[in-house]
Amino acid sequence: MDSHAAHAPEAQGLDPHEKSHPGPGVYIKIGVVLFVLTALEVAAYEVAHRPGSLGTLLQPILVPVLLLLSAAKFALVAMYYMHLKQDSKLFSGLFVFPLIIAAVVIVSLIALFIYHYSYQRGML
Amino acid sequence: MTTELSLSDHAHALHPPTSTGLDNRKVAIWTFIGSECLFFASLISTYLVYKGRDTKGPTPDEILQIPLVTFGTALLLFSSLFVVIALNGAQTGNRKRLLFWLGMTIVCGMFFVGMQVYEFQHFVHEGLKLQTNLFGASFYTLTGFHGTHVTIGVIWLITVFITALRGKLPPERALNLEMAALYWHFVDVVWIVIFPVVYLMK
Repeated sequence: MDSHAAHAPEAQGLDPHEKSHPGPGVYIKIGVVLFVLTALEVAAYEVAHRPGSLGTLLQPILVPVLLLLSAAKFALVAMYYMHLKQDSKLFSGLFVFPLIIAAVVIVSLIALFIYHYSYQRGML
Repeated sequence: MTTELSLSDHAHALHPPTSTGLDNRKVAIWTFIGSECLFFASLISTYLVYKGRDTKGPTPDEILQIPLVTFGTALLLFSSLFVVIALNGAQTGNRKRLLFWLGMTIVCGMFFVGMQVYEFQHFVHEGLKLQTNLFGASFYTLTGFHGTHVTIGVIWLITVFITALRGKLPPERALNLEMAALYWHFVDVVWIVIFPVVYLMK
């Protein structure tokens, strides 16, 4: 089998209208980025919990920073390792639509309970 | 060209034509993953709404160990890389690459499960049980269900590994590994959310 045939969607067991998946080189690069992002998460946590000006500065923005880093890792795995970038858009829809509902469920429940606890304490 | 055509014909002979033009098994695994998003959303939101509402300890600040879990997180991330390289091996007919990296994925998965078992044992020894407080109940439920998913993933990957070892996973059957890999990546992305939410935002 020549190199073109080996990388053809059909040769990879994919349906013909799906694009070919990337090779190990791309996967390793993404793996390095994921490792760096995880190291940044832990570093942000450590710095924010240490006494000092940098820790004081980072403490109020720690949660948004961690959420941002986590979202970046999530997107990289979904797009490249789960092949949503190359595969049919139907798969992206099947994953992203429930993901949006999941995010709405989490935010709604948190908001509901914040309201509930505030009401209990007589703050409302 | 002849080889490409014959492989294409073989791939399509494995599943009948569908209205979407896509293999129904792949549509099914993505639908399942979508439903799992909602399952874990309910567990994560339960953990978050009960966070900091404990009337007695141990609390997350007192008990959670960052270095151990960071190691487990790295293992799970690496396993995601390994399984996708193994899938590449399966799709291109590189048997050596398939078996080695799939084996490495299984080893990483087993170490992660071992890490979680050790962590749970340690916490119980420290006095945190399922019924101790709200943190104990929501923490064990969330991470326990995730650990169960990892265990199921490891078992699934072992069955695919045995199939490959017997030489029954040619490129046109690579979808069998791709479905297990998709599930495995999902387990990884769930941990990508759990790790900062539970351990770093304590």
